[in-house]
Amino acid sequence: MIGPERPVARLDTVTQRYGKVVGLDAVSIALPAGCMVGVIGPDGVGKSVLLSIIAGARKVQSGGAFVLDGDIKDAAHRAAICPRIAYMPQGLGKNLYADLSVRENIEFFGRLFGQSRVERDLRISGLLHSTGLSPFSDRAAKKLSGGMRQKLGLCCSLIHDPDLLILDEPTTGVDPLSRRQFWELIDRMRSRRQGMSVVVATAYMEEAERFDWLAAMNAGTVLATGSPAELKASTGATTIEDAFIALLPEQQRGDHHEMRIPPRHSFGTEPIIIARNLTCRFGDFTAVDRVSFTIERGEIFGFLGSNGCGKTTTMKILTGLLPPSEGEALLFGQPLDASDMSSRYRVGYMSQSFSLYTELTVRQNLDLHARLFHLPAQKAKTRIAELVGKFGLEDYLDQRTLDLPLGIRQRLSLAVAIVHEPEILILDEPTSGVDPLARDRFWEALIDLSRNQGVTIFVSTHFMNEAERCDRISLMDSGRVLATGTPAELINARGVATLENAFISYLEEATGSRASATEDTAPASDNGNPVQPAKAERARFSLQRLLAYTIRETLELLRDPIRLGFSLFGTTLLMLVFGFGVSTDVNNLSFAVLDHDQSPESRAYLEELRGSSYFVERPPLVDYDELDNRLKSGDIKAAIEIPPGFGRDIKRGRPVWVAAWVDGAMPFRAETIRGYLQGMHQLYLTDPAVKTTVPAAPSPADIELRFKYNQDFDSIYAMVPSNISLLLALFPAILMALSIVREKELGSITNLYVTPVTRIEFLVGKQLPYIAVAMTNFALMFFMALFVFKVPLKGSLPALLLGVVIYVTTMTAYGMLISVFTRTQIAALFGTAILTVLPATQFAGMMTPVSSLAAEAQIIGRGFPMTYFVPISVGTFTKGLGFLDLATDLAALAVFVPVLTLLSVMLLRKQER
Amino acid sequence: MRKVENIFWLGIKELRSFLHDFVLLGLVIYAFSFAVIMQGRSNSQELHNASIAIVDEDHSELSRRIAHAFLPPYFQVPQSIAERDIVPLMNKRRYTFVVDIPPNFERDVLGGHRPELQIDVDATAMVQAGLGSGYAQQIITTEIANFLSHSEAAPPSTVNLDVRIAFNPNVTTAWFSSVMGIINNVTMLAIILAGAALVREREHGTMDHLLVMPLTPFEIAMSKVWANGLVITVAVGLSLYVAVRDVLGIPIAGSIPLFMVGVVIYLFFATAIGIFLGTVARSMPQLGLLFMLVYLPMNMLSGGNTPLESMPLWLATVMQASPSTHFVLFAQSILYRGAGIDVVWPQFLAVALIGGLFFSLAILRFRSVAAQVT
Repeated sequence: MIGPERPVARLDTVTQRYGKVVGLDAVSIALPAGCMVGVIGPDGVGKSVLLSIIAGARKVQSGGAFVLDGDIKDAAHRAAICPRIAYMPQGLGKNLYADLSVRENIEFFGRLFGQSRVERDLRISGLLHSTGLSPFSDRAAKKLSGGMRQKLGLCCSLIHDPDLLILDEPTTGVDPLSRRQFWELIDRMRSRRQGMSVVVATAYMEEAERFDWLAAMNAGTVLATGSPAELKASTGATTIEDAFIALLPEQQRGDHHEMRIPPRHSFGTEPIIIARNLTCRFGDFTAVDRVSFTIERGEIFGFLGSNGCGKTTTMKILTGLLPPSEGEALLFGQPLDASDMSSRYRVGYMSQSFSLYTELTVRQNLDLHARLFHLPAQKAKTRIAELVGKFGLEDYLDQRTLDLPLGIRQRLSLAVAIVHEPEILILDEPTSGVDPLARDRFWEALIDLSRNQGVTIFVSTHFMNEAERCDRISLMDSGRVLATGTPAELINARGVATLENAFISYLEEATGSRASATEDTAPASDNGNPVQPAKAERARFSLQRLLAYTIRETLELLRDPIRLGFSLFGTTLLMLVFGFGVSTDVNNLSFAVLDHDQSPESRAYLEELRGSSYFVERPPLVDYDELDNRLKSGDIKAAIEIPPGFGRDIKRGRPVWVAAWVDGAMPFRAETIRGYLQGMHQLYLTDPAVKTTVPAAPSPADIELRFKYNQDFDSIYAMVPSNISLLLALFPAILMALSIVREKELGSITNLYVTPVTRIEFLVGKQLPYIAVAMTNFALMFFMALFVFKVPLKGSLPALLLGVVIYVTTMTAYGMLISVFTRTQIAALFGTAILTVLPATQFAGMMTPVSSLAAEAQIIGRGFPMTYFVPISVGTFTKGLGFLDLATDLAALAVFVPVLTLLSVMLLRKQER
Repeated sequence: MRKVENIFWLGIKELRSFLHDFVLLGLVIYAFSFAVIMQGRSNSQELHNASIAIVDEDHSELSRRIAHAFLPPYFQVPQSIAERDIVPLMNKRRYTFVVDIPPNFERDVLGGHRPELQIDVDATAMVQAGLGSGYAQQIITTEIANFLSHSEAAPPSTVNLDVRIAFNPNVTTAWFSSVMGIINNVTMLAIILAGAALVREREHGTMDHLLVMPLTPFEIAMSKVWANGLVITVAVGLSLYVAVRDVLGIPIAGSIPLFMVGVVIYLFFATAIGIFLGTVARSMPQLGLLFMLVYLPMNMLSGGNTPLESMPLWLATVMQASPSTHFVLFAQSILYRGAGIDVVWPQFLAVALIGGLFFSLAILRFRSVAAQVT
């Protein structure tokens, strides 16, 4: 055993719990410095938790952790060492930004580490050259192949010359050639930077051979440590995979034995699946390029290739999910027809990531599928019982699928796929993320299906040792089939020792001289590098890091058409909608008359109403039933009834009563109509042209209403400025919250955890572009107000502009604060919408002045920034106010900015839990 | 028969999934209880607690009477301010109404000189200003009349107008706003639930799974329509009976069963458009953004917030194509005005037809969903 005297990292009984799951179970381990340390084990055993703790990305729950000679729990030590650590989290390029180009990604990291432009450019060109990415420096990260993305991740990690490089499953899902190149690259980097420690987690056991020192992990514990040779020697195994299985606890190992694949009996050699020149294009991207193959009955046929090489797309074509752009596919000798239901009863499909209904129990999942395939009740029962027994699901029947270990889920997934006893089974990467034992059990089931029941199995994988178990395989790369044959044939054809080498040899042939592109002729980035690393990175606040986030966020926003479109035109669209749709004007009121009198007097009375611009007359009513019906249907909003003998009574001076019915369905409208009618009635009484026998007395005083600010009392002058306030509250808050939660969801939040960027730099850096977007929105809405709605600005433009700047800063900070509490984008979206729309429309003085609200509502209103912006917006537009009148509101608004920002900074975590 | 069975079992699965989605479950409960009650209790459509000030330059018995006539809950207790403060205080939004009683007002009234009294109204506080100015005028007129009735009685008028508010005699806002709240929430949740149900299947990869089974897009879509529709139908029923009738104490005039029939027809449309949006959006956040752009106009312009007749004619015409407009119309007819099926059938038919259109569009797009790389 290598005795680590000064370990690069040491954990002392660290235990991490996540809900019911134990991530690490009292792990004590010391990782030796200056070498390649491998952490091996299947998915979900705690490798990633271990690595993220060492990287300082995750909070230590209990126990001690010491990295680079200091306590990683100490924030000051973390801040001090983070420029010396580089961390590449799991998932291909998870901490990268898909919409940014290769160069922009690396530049972003360079800025975070405080490098000047000269230093950055020098380092970037060195790294691009040595990784062979130079020709692709302007390509967006999302358009890179898995292998290239991995190299980009490495460039971003190495930009600041770390002493400790932490790589979490860097090669999962990458083709073998890229994988080999990747390890060569790491070796070269290490030889150039003596003393750099590298810690790697991997699920590929065959990769473990190349590490100096290994830690084998299972179920949150470390099984064994030592060099690969030591591990193999202590277990008497020949490969690391066997050594690992030997290290597993007895009960988990069970009756594990060497897997044997019986030869295939002939169920006849009739072809069951035939693909001829299948091609599938998405836009200008060719996902599948002239793929042809034939699969015979009972054969296990494998597709071997990296992520994104077209395996899934080909499978989707064969299941009828996708129509091919060209070529044809035959199933059971018939051309594939997506609308043919009968053939679907003969095919079973297991899509990537075991698509089960995770909220259903095991039994419910099985029942559902049996029902959807219309198995007779009795048959379904026996079939399900049989499958449950065969796949060892008895103990889990009533558990929710979500709570099951991956291996069990995988077996359930297979059970579900074959519940209807299909003749063809199509399995898309059915074993990713499952431990070697579970994988073997799974393959035993597949072999049983193939050999004993004659089921034709078409399976895709990126594991070499799985491909070796297939009867025949196709090697795939970039949508093309490189070669097809039995594994032995392929190995012999290339004259190499292993299938992996055969694949690499085919890949090299296909991609020409790609390997030589990485030939290292670059000037070494450390020796003779004239630029000294800037030490500004220790500064507590750095404008450069802040701007790094601003630049990145801006580029991302500009390249995401949906978010950009929404942020620019969403407000404009809604401004139109609200401008036309939200109005408190009441006009075009339909009314009808039930005139029992039909006299000149009654017509004179109605004349007042008919002359009004508020009312529109509909055909007259004949009786009460019609009056009732038309009011009910909403055809008329008011009905006027003139009693019989109206004219006669007026002439005799007897009091008469005109009745009016008003539709009370909308209270505000009803009140207003009542007011209109009463006003009309007064007009009638005082109209000198109308001859009633008793003239009405003039009122004793003249009560004059003066509508200030808005003489015509036209609601548009109040609503348009209010709508601007509402939309500037809603959109900036939502976009800001989304942008932060997006990082949490996609995983790039890790860069906040492990780089020197501080929380305030992160938040404010991301906020600036959205303030700019909001100002653009404001400009658009401002011009719409002036030219579409013809609402002039009567007051001070500078006061309004200042108000808007403070307001949108406040509202983005409000979104920032909400984002701290949400984990998914959809929650951030609806959370922000609800927490903004409700106070904005109800409590911020948009419809009802805040001072008229009930006490609690007033408190909510006074705590919501929009309450202080509505007076500024309405004040400058319609009331003609300036700085002096609005000083209090501006000041109140300004108070929100530091308060909300500081709260967000305090609540945002700098480490994952 | 098999179709019906498939639709049934898929729907059962849908219900089980929904019950485990606590975020959506919480949203449904919040929207149909708390949110409806809060909307019902808000009095944004009535005159309530309006701020008022009096500039009393008369200091007479009559001016004091006028000041005391403004009473809660319609008005706050009037504040006495000086004339020079009118403009600055109104600029600061302190008062919506300022009554300016000129010097010698009482004397002039008694002398029959018809003095002028001014009410300044902040015409940017639209609802309050609109309703309150009429009230204020009436209060002052009544007060002067009462004051004068000591001396001379006003002659009765020959022609009188009796205005009756049908269906809602006391013009209570809660009647209106609580039911409109329910209606808006039906649209919102139906779209979200159905859309999210589809996007969730796509994100989890189970949609591929369904599409390779012997199921048609029609069956898959239909199962989502009935399951999510059922959830909301139950929520609406409970909300009407418990939140609106029992908590808010609002009597419902019309036939709730007939309204529920309408809700079911409307839900067919709303879930269909949710599914349609689910086929367009590629992820939950995209669905959320799309939802806002579709829902807000549909809701704001349906006539439930602002009467259709107040909109420009072209817009009111365009909105006839939105079932939300018909929904608001028949909901008001049934619940407030007690209308029967003979009155509302054209709206039912319109909603069903537009719903059918979107349902067909969603099914047509279904297959292309699988074709997208995720």
